[in-house]
Amino acid sequence: MDEKNRILLQLLEENCRTPLSELAVLAEVSEEDVKDRIDRLEAAGAIRRYGAVVDWERAGDGNVAAVIELKVSPERDFGYDRIAERLTRFPQVRSLRLMTGIYDLQLLVAGPSMHEIARFVSEQIAPMDRIRETATHIIMKTYKENGTTFAEREEVDRLPYSF
Amino acid sequence: MRDFVSERARAIPPSGIRRFFDIAQTVEDVISLGVGEPDFVTPWCVCEASIYSIEQGSTAYTSNKGTPQLRDAVSRYLDTRFNTRYDAEEEIIVTCGVSEAADIAIRAVVDPGDEVLVAEPCYVSYTPCVALAGGVPVSVPCRAEDEFRLTADALAERITPRTKVLVANFPNNPTGGVMQEADWRGIVDLLVDHDLLLISDEVYAELTYDGGHFSPAKIPELRDRTITLNGFSKAFAMTGWRIGYLCAPPEIAAAALKIHQYVALCAPVMGQIAAYEALRIGEAEKDAMVREYRLRRNLFVDGLNKLGLSCHVPKGAFYAFPSVESTGMNDTEFAEALLREQHVAVVPGSVLGPSGAGHVRCAYAVSRDDLKEALSRMGTFLESIK
Repeated sequence: MDEKNRILLQLLEENCRTPLSELAVLAEVSEEDVKDRIDRLEAAGAIRRYGAVVDWERAGDGNVAAVIELKVSPERDFGYDRIAERLTRFPQVRSLRLMTGIYDLQLLVAGPSMHEIARFVSEQIAPMDRIRETATHIIMKTYKENGTTFAEREEVDRLPYSF
Repeated sequence: MRDFVSERARAIPPSGIRRFFDIAQTVEDVISLGVGEPDFVTPWCVCEASIYSIEQGSTAYTSNKGTPQLRDAVSRYLDTRFNTRYDAEEEIIVTCGVSEAADIAIRAVVDPGDEVLVAEPCYVSYTPCVALAGGVPVSVPCRAEDEFRLTADALAERITPRTKVLVANFPNNPTGGVMQEADWRGIVDLLVDHDLLLISDEVYAELTYDGGHFSPAKIPELRDRTITLNGFSKAFAMTGWRIGYLCAPPEIAAAALKIHQYVALCAPVMGQIAAYEALRIGEAEKDAMVREYRLRRNLFVDGLNKLGLSCHVPKGAFYAFPSVESTGMNDTEFAEALLREQHVAVVPGSVLGPSGAGHVRCAYAVSRDDLKEALSRMGTFLESIK
């Protein structure tokens, strides 16, 4: 990958509200060039979306989330893709991955209550064709999300001056 | 009772910055650009290895010159990274930080009356160490118009028949100046013709942003007349671990080792284990820190120049060294007023050598948010003195 693009992507991933002028200074390119590069990265789908990392707990709206493991019988010609495609359509499914190991698909599901997640799994997911087994793990606490640590650590005091 | 303090200790001038510590105590919410230390915490993989070794009971002295494991790793690292070759058994001593390495290097080679050239502005310890060894420190100025490189002209002017050693620190604290191969080539003849020894403090070697670090010991004519000093503090964010090292031809290393074994016995074992781990698996985290410093440099130096504090783009270390001449204040007045009025701590350049006058040292080893806040406060300050 182009080094300047890598820097820009890292900066945007860290804070997508960084102004173009600042991105230009940081990446040592002109502002027009930054704009141009970002346009191209967006068009190519390298930048999928701009968003915030939210600590919902702290925002006062404690969502319930669960990791759900699915064992799935793959289909001839399609493997896991078709069933995965169906699962992505549920808004409750926040992320979906095909995994190596003892199960196949891993879902991150969020909902307003434990009850709502249980209902979603038992009524919507479990009965789907080709799903052989489900295991639901409720998330108890999030310590780090997308590289951002939620728990606050005390800063170590540094001296104001040194040589 | 007699006054027990020795003449030599008495002759060391008090730190030019003590007063600033006291002022800093009295103001709230200081943004400190005054600390020459990474704001990063040591990479966790390094801490973890050291914690584990303590749990396993590694708490004893090591070999005087450092664990064979670490010396081997340092030897391979210097070869791969900077193309300099030092024998792990005969030519490398692990020290309590580069501070100790500088002291024992100087004491191993300086006799009373020897003149020692010190390229300045620079880290403050060389001159007192030379004086404590009975040597005569002689400043060699590095100037803003040369991007703070050491030039043959400045050097030649100060060489006398008594000159024995040149101490240089590139990438430089406080200027961020670097010396590339051609810059060193320009002074090789002087060093050889006058039969001088070079003590090269390269603790910022990993922190270069435009072209890599050039280690002068790579030049064949200099290899056996150079003591190379380096360490882990800056590259791996390991200041508190106190691990540095000295590399020199066998005779000089043996002399330095005699001093080291009596003053320090050995460097702390926990730090040595951590340092080994840093070389083994710390590279990716080090590179990430270097990338971040570069971003901070870009942000901060751009901001300084926009404020009218002219600053060359430093190619190494993590210091910006802007001129404050445009304010009509000298560097000490500027630093003190900025601290009192806007609570931003910077180090007056004159503390770091006569050629530092008119500049202030700003360490950009703080978060980008803090740098932006510091720039905005400096802007307010500059408005207020117009």
